[in-house]
Amino acid sequence: MRKNYDERQKSFIRSCTMALLLMMVTVAIPVTAAETSLKKVSLIPLWSPQAQFAGYYMAAEKGIYARHGIDVTIMNGGPGHSASEYLLGGKADFAVLWLATALQHQSAGRRLVNVAQIIQRSSMMLVARKTSGISTPESMQGRKVGVWPGDLALPVQAFFTKYHLNVRIIPQSYTVNLFLCGGIDVASAMWYNEYHTIIDSGVNSDELELFFFKDHGITFPEDGLYTLEKNYRNDPAGAAAFTDASLEGWQYAFDHPDEAVMVVLRHMKTEHIPANRAHQKWMLDRMHDLILPPVGNKKMGQLNPSDFKSVGAELHRQGLIKTIPGFDDFTGRSDASK
Amino acid sequence: MRANRSITFKLVLIITVFSSLIFTATIGYFYHRSCGVLQRELEKNARNIVLASVNRVEMELSSIGKVAEGVVCSLETGNYHEESLNTLLKNTLGGNKEIYGVGSAFEPNEAAIEAVPVVPYFYRKNGRLISAAEEDFQFLTLDWYQIPKELGKRVWSEPYFDEGSGEMLMTSCSIPFYEGTGDHRHFRGVVVADVSLGWLTDIVASIKVLKTGYSFLLSRNGTIVTHPDTGMIMNETIFSLAESRNNPILRDIGRKMIHGDSGFIPYTDTRGIKSWMYYAPILSAGWTLAVVFPEAELFAEVRSLTMMVGVMGLVGIMLLAAAVALISRSITAPLHALADATEVIAAGDFDAELPQVRSRDEVGKLTRSFIAMTIALKEYIRNLTETTAAKERIESELKVATDIQASLLPRIFPAFPDRPEFDIFASMDPAKEVGGDFYDFFFIDDTNLCFLIADVADKGVPAALYMMVAKTLLKSEGQRLGEPDLILASVNNILAADNDSCMFTTVFCAILDTRTGDVRFSNAGHNPPLIIESSGIRYLTVKAGFVLGPMPDSDYETERLTLQPGDTLFLYTDGVTEAVNLSGELYGEPRLLTALQMSPKENLSEMIHSIRAQVTGHANGAPQSDDVTMVAVHYKGA
Repeated sequence: MRKNYDERQKSFIRSCTMALLLMMVTVAIPVTAAETSLKKVSLIPLWSPQAQFAGYYMAAEKGIYARHGIDVTIMNGGPGHSASEYLLGGKADFAVLWLATALQHQSAGRRLVNVAQIIQRSSMMLVARKTSGISTPESMQGRKVGVWPGDLALPVQAFFTKYHLNVRIIPQSYTVNLFLCGGIDVASAMWYNEYHTIIDSGVNSDELELFFFKDHGITFPEDGLYTLEKNYRNDPAGAAAFTDASLEGWQYAFDHPDEAVMVVLRHMKTEHIPANRAHQKWMLDRMHDLILPPVGNKKMGQLNPSDFKSVGAELHRQGLIKTIPGFDDFTGRSDASK
Repeated sequence: MRANRSITFKLVLIITVFSSLIFTATIGYFYHRSCGVLQRELEKNARNIVLASVNRVEMELSSIGKVAEGVVCSLETGNYHEESLNTLLKNTLGGNKEIYGVGSAFEPNEAAIEAVPVVPYFYRKNGRLISAAEEDFQFLTLDWYQIPKELGKRVWSEPYFDEGSGEMLMTSCSIPFYEGTGDHRHFRGVVVADVSLGWLTDIVASIKVLKTGYSFLLSRNGTIVTHPDTGMIMNETIFSLAESRNNPILRDIGRKMIHGDSGFIPYTDTRGIKSWMYYAPILSAGWTLAVVFPEAELFAEVRSLTMMVGVMGLVGIMLLAAAVALISRSITAPLHALADATEVIAAGDFDAELPQVRSRDEVGKLTRSFIAMTIALKEYIRNLTETTAAKERIESELKVATDIQASLLPRIFPAFPDRPEFDIFASMDPAKEVGGDFYDFFFIDDTNLCFLIADVADKGVPAALYMMVAKTLLKSEGQRLGEPDLILASVNNILAADNDSCMFTTVFCAILDTRTGDVRFSNAGHNPPLIIESSGIRYLTVKAGFVLGPMPDSDYETERLTLQPGDTLFLYTDGVTEAVNLSGELYGEPRLLTALQMSPKENLSEMIHSIRAQVTGHANGAPQSDDVTMVAVHYKGA
C-alpha cells in the first residue's frame, strides 16, 4: 500500500510539473505575442478617479487588460469631461454611462451598445434631516430639494411624479455643502458617495431620513459600459476582451479591497483630488453591494431585461425617448447570434 | 522559613519594604496632584492661546467681510454700470492687500442691469490687478454663489485650493445683495471676496505648544484645513479619521467641535499619541481651532521630577538598607561572636575567649554578663568538682562503713541450725548508707539466748558509730552479766560516762531460756514488741524504761513471759511504724498488727519480708526516712 501510494504521489508530482511547464509555455507565447501588438483602447469614466471605478483601475493595475490583449487608457471624467461627448465624439472607445443616458442617445439615433451593465440598480437617494420634519415623500411637498442637472435628475423626476410632488428644485452642485448649511431641505445623494460625505461631515445617520429610489420602485440601473455600435461591429472580440477584463478587474477589487482602495487613492492623489481612505473604502464596499447581482447565480455585468424595460418605459413616459430599442440590439446580442 | 532568617535580613527587608511603600505612596500622590495642577494651568494657558488666535482670525475675517460688505452696500445703494462696477471692484481690491480677488456675480435674466458681464472679477497677480470677467461662468450651482443666495446671509466658504497652482489654500467670503425694500426686495447676486488662507495657516502654525504640540483648523464640515500632517489637509475630515480609526469617541468630539462648542479634553491624536486638546470655534466662519498637547510632554517635567525624586528615594532607601544592615550587623556581629563563644562554653570549655567588650550598650552588657557568668560557672564547676571528689571519697568510705556495719550484724540464717527449739530471723535496712538501728542475738550459755533490738537516735555516721559502741557493749556486757536489767544498766553507765554529744539509744533486750520458753526482758525506751500466740497477736505490755546514754545510774526492770511452743516474739524499730507515704500518713501500729495477722507465721523469713514489703508498699515511693529493723523469735519448744 505504502509503496503504491509513494509511487502514485511521485507520478502525480511529475505530471503536475509537466502540466505547469506546458502551461507556462502556452501562456508565455500569447503574452509575449500580445505585448508586441496590444490593441490600444481608451475608457472614459463618468467622473474623476474614485472607487466607483475601482474595477477598471485594478484591471489596468494588475495587467488584466494586458492579459486580454488590450492596452486600456483610463481617461479622467468629471466636470468638463463628459463621458457621453467623449464617446460620441470618438475621443474614447468605451465610456461608463448610465442606462438612461444611453437610451436617450440611442433614441436620438446615436447608436450605442451596452457591453456590460455594471451597477445593477439605482444607488441614488434623497436625504433630509429629521429635524426638517420630512419623514415621507409627501412631506417634501413645497420644500427646497437639491437636484443635479442632466440625466441624474431623471430618477428624481420619476420620484416626484410618483408622489405628485411639487417642490422647489434647487440645482445642486457637486458638493453637499448647501445641504449641510441648511440651504436646502432635501439633497440628492449617491449612496456610495454623497451620503457618506454627509456622514463624514459630522451628521449621524440616525439624524437623517433616507429615501432610496429603489425602495420606491424606481430602478435605474446606473453605470454600464458602452461603445459605439460601429466600433462594436468592427471588433466584437476586442469589446468582449475589454468587458471580460473589466469584470475581472472588479472581481479582483472586491477580493482585494485594501489594495484596490490604495490604487484608487493613488490615482486621486495624482489628479490632486481630495481623498481619504475611509470614504473610498465605503464607496468600494457599496460598489460591491451594487454590482454583484443581489439574487441567484447570475453573472456580473448582465443587463436585466426587465430593468431595461422599466427604464425605457419611464423615459418614454417622461417624453425623453420616442422609441425603446430592442434589448438584443442594445446589448449587441443580435450580432453575436448572427 | 522566616524564623530562620537573620535579624539583619529581617530588619533590612521590613524597613526597605515599608519605606518603599511609604515612598511610593508619597511620590504617587505628589505626581497625581502635580499633574492635576499642571493640567489646570495648561488648560488656562491653552484657552488663552486659542482664544487669542481665534480673536486674531476673527479680526482678519471681519475686516475682509467689511470690505465685501462695502461693495454690497455700494451695489445696493448705487446704480452701477459695467465700467463703474469694474472701477469699484478694482479700487476695492487695490485698497485691500489681504484680499486676493473680488468679484460680483449677478443672477441671470436681470433686466435691471444691462450689458454687465455676468461675473466681473479682479484678482491680484505679481502686484498687478487683473480682470478675469468670464461670461460663460457656470457659477449658479457653485457653493460660493448658491449658499449665500439660499441662506440670505454672509457665508465663508469651505476652504479650497486655488485653481492656479493648486497649492494655495483659499476661502471666499460671499455676501448676497438685493434690490428694493420690503416686499419688493429681491435677490440680485453675490459679492465674493477670495482670500488666501496663508495668513491663517501661519497663525495656526505659529501656535506652538511645548515641543511637539501643534494646532489644527477644522472647517464647518470637519474638514482638516491645516495640520502638521499635510497629507490630511483637505483630504480627511475629523469624521473620516474617526471612521478609519474606528473611533466613535473622536466622532463625538468632532461633532462638538463643528457645533461651535469649546472644551479641554483628552484626545488620542492621529499618530496615536495620548494628548490633551483645547478647541474653540471661529464663529464667523464656523471653523474650529484646536491645540493639541502631547500628554507625555505636558507632564514631562513632572515626570522627570518625579523620576528624579524616585531615583533619589531609591538611592535613599538603598542607603537606608545599607545603614540598617550596618547597624544590625554591628549589633548582631558581637551577638554572633557571643553565640559562638557560648556554644564553645556550652560544650564545656569555660576558658573560651568571649568577644571583647567595646560598647556600653545592651550587647556590651550582655557580654559582660556572659563573662561574669562564665567566671561564676567556672568557680562553681571547680567547687563542684572538688565537692564531688570529696563526696565520692566519703561515699566510698561510707560504702565500706555500710559493709562493715552489715558485717557486724548476724546475717546468716538460719543462725542456729543445730537448735531446733527455736528459730530466729532479723533484718535491718538502713535509711542511709549506715544506720543507727541494730539487732543482735547470741547465746550467753547453752540455754540462754540473748536477743535485742536497738535504735540509736539520729541516723548516719554518728549514729552508726554510736551503734557500734552500743552493740559491742551490749554483747560484751550481755555475755558477762546474763540478765537484761543488769546488762542495760551497765551499758547505760558506760555510755553515759563520756557522752558529750548526748546521744542515746533505745534497746529492747531479752533472754530466752530455750528449755522452758521463759523470756526475761528489759526495755530501755524501745517500742513494745508484738507477741504472736496461738490465741492471737498483741502488743506486749512492757515498762518503758529510760533510754541508754544520756543519764547514768538509770534503773531497769526485768519482766518475764513464757513463750509457748509456736509462739513468736516480733521486735521492730519505729522505722516500721513511722514509715510515711507521700501524703505524710504513718504506717502505724494498727496496720502492723493487721499485717502480722495476715502474714505467714511459721516461716520467720517470709513473715519479715512480707512486713517489709507492706511497709515499702505503704511508702509508695516516698523516701525511707528511718532505718527499718525487725527481729522475730519463734519458740518451738524443747
